[in-house]
Amino acid sequence: MVWFNIIIQGILVGGLYALFAAGLSLIFGVMRLVNIAHGDMIVAVAYLAFVIVKATGLHPLASLILVIPIAMVLGYALQRGILNRTLGKDILPPLLVTFGLSVIIQNGLLQIFTADNRKLQAGALETSSFPLLPGVDIGYLPLLQFIVAIGVIAGLQYLFYKTALGRAFRATSDDAETALLMGLDKRRVYAWAMALCFAVIAIAGIFLGVRTNFDPAIGPGRLIFGFEAVIIGGLGNLWGTLIGGVILGVAQGIGAQINPGAQELAGHLVFLMVLAFRPTGLFPRMQG
Amino acid sequence: MSKIIQLNRRGILKASAGLIAAPAILRRAYAADVFKIGKVGPVTGPIAGFGEATSWVVDGLKDVIGKLPVPVEIIQKDSQSNPNRAAEVATELIEKDKVQMLLTKGTPDTVNPVSDQAELNGIPCISDDAPWQTFFFGRGGDPSKGFKYTYHAFWGLEDVIANFLDIWDKSGAAKIVGGLFANDADGNAWGDKEHGFPGPLAAAGYKLVDPGRYQPLTNDFSSQIAAFKEAGVEIVTGVMIPPDFATFWAQCAQQGFKPKVVTIGKALLFPSSVESLGDRGDGLTSEIWWSPSHPYKSSLTGQSAKDLCDAYTAGTGKPWTQPLGFAHALFEIAFDVIKRTKDLKDPEAILASIGDTQLDTIIGPISWKGGPNNPVKNVCKTPLVGGQWTKTAKGLELIITNNPQHPEIPVGGKLRTIG
Repeated sequence: MVWFNIIIQGILVGGLYALFAAGLSLIFGVMRLVNIAHGDMIVAVAYLAFVIVKATGLHPLASLILVIPIAMVLGYALQRGILNRTLGKDILPPLLVTFGLSVIIQNGLLQIFTADNRKLQAGALETSSFPLLPGVDIGYLPLLQFIVAIGVIAGLQYLFYKTALGRAFRATSDDAETALLMGLDKRRVYAWAMALCFAVIAIAGIFLGVRTNFDPAIGPGRLIFGFEAVIIGGLGNLWGTLIGGVILGVAQGIGAQINPGAQELAGHLVFLMVLAFRPTGLFPRMQG
Repeated sequence: MSKIIQLNRRGILKASAGLIAAPAILRRAYAADVFKIGKVGPVTGPIAGFGEATSWVVDGLKDVIGKLPVPVEIIQKDSQSNPNRAAEVATELIEKDKVQMLLTKGTPDTVNPVSDQAELNGIPCISDDAPWQTFFFGRGGDPSKGFKYTYHAFWGLEDVIANFLDIWDKSGAAKIVGGLFANDADGNAWGDKEHGFPGPLAAAGYKLVDPGRYQPLTNDFSSQIAAFKEAGVEIVTGVMIPPDFATFWAQCAQQGFKPKVVTIGKALLFPSSVESLGDRGDGLTSEIWWSPSHPYKSSLTGQSAKDLCDAYTAGTGKPWTQPLGFAHALFEIAFDVIKRTKDLKDPEAILASIGDTQLDTIIGPISWKGGPNNPVKNVCKTPLVGGQWTKTAKGLELIITNNPQHPEIPVGGKLRTIG
């Protein structure tokens, strides 16, 4: 029963990793951009939600109504204003720019909000649970987080393969030049992709803030699991990202049960094994 | 003819040597007038909470600095919470700014690298706000020799253990303790089989359930919680960073684990970390290094601990924090040394004055003369008590509940179990 509990809790943690990773996967899929600042952007949105919750008294989850649109506008502006100017044949400049953004966001947040820890208060939701079996309690918050992760990925999947915008994303991703000939301005397509990515970041940021404390410097530490989930699942495959997150969560849970020191190691080992034996990930949709 | 040229060349050489040397001489003259103090602390980054109060303290001491016997300039540098950066800025202060004294505080990650640079370059350095064992043994200190240039004031692991044991004894909870020690400098020291918690806990009749070192910033404590539940743990202890404790504490509730006493080092120091836990912050216990109810006064301003905290809250709009007193005390010690040193240009004279220090500061009496408060050379212990975060009309407040080693520090309430 202990092992069953560990695996269930690991799957639920995987939902959090998938939420962190979905935006990364989306951006890499559309514009081959590795966003080093992704974790910091999640933290920045958590602060945005913190300010909105303080000002309006909304429940953190309800604040998504405001946070998502604001984040989308920020994402759109970021892509049009900065990142589009760096995208070209060379993959290094955008990488360096997002690295710089990471430093700027961390220190900007520190200036505004100081180093104090913050958290979004979600009341009873944070701590209530129901017993699935004797010895296996499921918290409502991790469960909700997992369901939302599935919802986000299903939503993105639908958008990618069933809508005109998704077709534009895929076309630009496959061949930006030809897409341009067909009247698809890649700069606008990329900006929409970033806006969408920021909508996912908004959801991830709020779950991060409800789940635990955050401070301006915490982004990069949380991001590594997102990267690993993307790689394990296979680049550009959204469902693969969810499965990658779950595999990572379960591997860490099992590692921790053997020895807490092996918790992260177990996740990293699974990641290394995937890199060694299936360098393209378990369910690759595209080649690097 | 050739003679004249030779003379000229000599003259030119002399003159140019004089010119090149001039700035150095000027600098020296300037240095003789102004005593320069370098201060290194974490202003940005993950441990910035420890350095937050320092610049407010320096601003508040402007009048005091103006009345010192020599003009004093304080140059503050940010360690960015990074030990390598701390060493780098310390070197910069020594070599570029030519400081004559270094001050540093805020966890071993700041204090150790700065102290090492001071020792290496022969600059007197005073530090606090890092457990003394990490300052002394963490830098390879030999108790029979000590250090020459670096002096430190703070409590040690033995004080934490004494206070935690007192809290648990008085709580009446079953003597089964769950340990959460992170795989970092603090966690490894606290959980160490020989020098850490396990020995004294066993001696006091407590059973310690220690699942092992976990990685900081982990997202899942399910296996620890399962192990604690199975062993019937009623007391949880450890040394954690705030986000890890928040993750653990939420998962405890989700997974139906309800310990009676939770006494955690580091994570519960700052009001903002505990407030962020909401109602679940009520009843948590922690070590207290300094508080408004400590019965000490500043030797510089005459302010009591409470006055200083009130001034900080009025000036910054933020609640008091424990490092505040230690930031103030560092300058008390430094200015006292300046007042007592005859020849401030001589590092040996400054060192002699530091060694002779006998000062009642806002964090308690400080002396390195070899009394009961000096477990090893260069280290002065400061008092430590235990306390509990308690919900009051004004919000969560840290109330002193246990003072086994220091009865002069008054308790403000009685210990309660959680729930």
